Amino acid sequence: MKIFPVRGGIHPDYRKELTSEKAIVPMPLPRKLYLPLQQHIGAPAEPVVKSGDMVKKGQLLARAQGAVSASTHAPTSGRIADVAMVTAPHPSGLPQLTIMLEPDGKDEWAELPQPLADPFAASSQEIRERVAAAGIVGLGGATFPSAIKLNLGSQNKLETLLINGAECEPYLTCDDRVMREYAAEVIDGARIMAHALGTAKIVVGIEENKPQAMAAMSQAASAFPNISVVGVPVQYPMGSERHLTQAITGLETPAKKLTAELGVVVHNVGTARAVHHAIRFGRPLLSRVVTVSGGAVTEGKNIDVPLGTMVSDLVAFCGGLKEPPRRIVNGGPMMGQPLPSLEVPVVKGTSGILALTADEVNERDTQPCIRCGSCVTICPCGLVPVEMAAFIRKDNLDGAAKLGVMDCFSCGSCSYVCPSHIPLVHFFNYAKGRLNEAERDKRKLERIKTLAETRTTRLEQQAQAKKAAAAAAAAARKAAAAASENPDNKASV
Amino acid sequence: MLLAVGSLVAMGATLGTVLGIASRYLAVEGNPLEAELLALLPGAQCGQCGFVGCGQAAAALARGEAPVTLCPPGGKAVAEKLSKKLGVKADLSEHEDKGPQYAFVQEDLCIGCLRCANECSTDAFIGAPKQVHTVIRENCHGCAKCFKVCPTEAIKMCAVPVTLGEWHWEKPGSHELH
Ligand code: SF4
Ligand code: SF4
Ligand code: SF4
Ligand code: SF4
Repeated sequence: MKIFPVRGGIHPDYRKELTSEKAIVPMPLPRKLYLPLQQHIGAPAEPVVKSGDMVKKGQLLARAQGAVSASTHAPTSGRIADVAMVTAPHPSGLPQLTIMLEPDGKDEWAELPQPLADPFAASSQEIRERVAAAGIVGLGGATFPSAIKLNLGSQNKLETLLINGAECEPYLTCDDRVMREYAAEVIDGARIMAHALGTAKIVVGIEENKPQAMAAMSQAASAFPNISVVGVPVQYPMGSERHLTQAITGLETPAKKLTAELGVVVHNVGTARAVHHAIRFGRPLLSRVVTVSGGAVTEGKNIDVPLGTMVSDLVAFCGGLKEPPRRIVNGGPMMGQPLPSLEVPVVKGTSGILALTADEVNERDTQPCIRCGSCVTICPCGLVPVEMAAFIRKDNLDGAAKLGVMDCFSCGSCSYVCPSHIPLVHFFNYAKGRLNEAERDKRKLERIKTLAETRTTRLEQQAQAKKAAAAAAAAARKAAAAASENPDNKASV
Repeated sequence: MLLAVGSLVAMGATLGTVLGIASRYLAVEGNPLEAELLALLPGAQCGQCGFVGCGQAAAALARGEAPVTLCPPGGKAVAEKLSKKLGVKADLSEHEDKGPQYAFVQEDLCIGCLRCANECSTDAFIGAPKQVHTVIRENCHGCAKCFKVCPTEAIKMCAVPVTLGEWHWEKPGSHELH
């Protein structure tokens, strides 16, 4: 299969060897699990349990609310200790509503929905309902509810389901391990998803630095002529949906458009495996594979972690920290976000927990820009980071917006190559936040204006109606008076 | 000499008449800048700026008699837009922005007198006479007019909490980089 070139990108030090040979091990149940109501993009789920309830493994704890949302289930049996605010695994350190579950140690299953006997005879709708009920979201880190993404076939003509096994972020090896150890499950999940989407072709894209995963997946796919497993160049950010699509199809997804408009839908390998579990066994999403790595961790591991496990418990399971980390990162070192502390839970989108040493973080002092143009050359989105950052520094956010800062997906490549160590991607994250905020404020202002105008009109109408009523009453009085004066003249009444 | 004076007087008179007529025919209805400024204000006529309503506030802004930070419920967003329109540099970092607020009715204290509902310019209240009132959060722009009229102090002004989705990074420390 021909692979097309992709613009820009970098070749960071991958450091995957720290964990790539560590087989996935299950995490023992911790004392308490913390399940935030929002582990996905969209509206937070609505809790259906309260403090003191006894729940079984797989039982629904919080139901999806609104058009874009995802349900959450009990990763084990136990007692609901509380539903309260707990620090979110988010750089802001803000709290969010979280269900706390005390495992009873029995790990007793609730009654699960019957598996679909033959998924390939089921309708697309049936599969989507099952996937939604299982609370599955994009496990690559984007956490978009998968059932919605499986509905793209209804509005677009789709040709290819692209299974994303690129895993281009340094340090992370969880997808690599899932492909090596559970290739058959991933392929089965992918086939079910392709059936729901109505795509004939399935392509699995894997970066060429994972030969064992390539071999395992090719072997598992060999029985299905419509599946091809292809190697893609090792080049960050190959794992971005748009760039992987470009490498496979040669087509560039226009800004603000979805890859679906090119006939391609991308799902992560972990998501495919979760779909396999949901459809074949009726099992909701209760755990995920997390890579724990970084120079400050005693022993890096790939762990199958029950959702809601505290990061501190996870790190303790890896032998704790061997030195104080300079930074704890949620996800990979390029696009991952720093965590406020270790006392936050693992959620559906947690692909990695990295405890990085000062050496690995490599913070350096910022120097003035030497206009070398490196950032422009490597930006995989064809943006001009140096110019955008200059605008943002001078608070000209509209100028940055015109240069396309909203199309930046924060891959961090520009910051990585900048010889002056300018925190370019920080400028863009800030600008995107501010521009989104301005957009929300504008919508609110418009709403307030309409409401105020409606009220003014209503008050005017009421005043007019009052006046008219008063006039009518006066006329009636007059007429009545006239009639009483002249009772014979009935016509005047 | 007389001729010169006479011709000047005549010139003055004719030009004066021409200008007078021109001004009558070419008169601009209202001040266009004022209208543009008005469009940037919330339009809720809450009166917190100290003017009777948004129209008067816009007029004062156009005359340069009011600061761009005059609108409390509009906050930083409106202040920024006004300063851009007027081309004035306002140091907004100094501007104390309490952040967006909303009104909350403590239902046990409310006697259902309806004063708040009559005061609110955006119809944010629901409830009938003699019944507990509540505020629809999305319709409230935090002008605090209801807060001022409530006889039982049932209304609390609360800061709108920042949600995870709305939070964003601060601007990186900017030295002379570019
Ligand atoms: S962070 Fe944004 S601007 Fe920088 S290289 Fe990536 S996409 Fe381009
Ligand atoms: S890479 Fe850094 S130094 Fe070079 S042009 Fe971009 S911002 Fe300037
Ligand atoms: S509810 Fe109160 S604070 Fe909110 S807009 Fe109405 S009057 Fe103003
Ligand atoms: S003004 Fe106060 S007491 Fe009266 S209805 Fe409103 S909240 Fe209740």
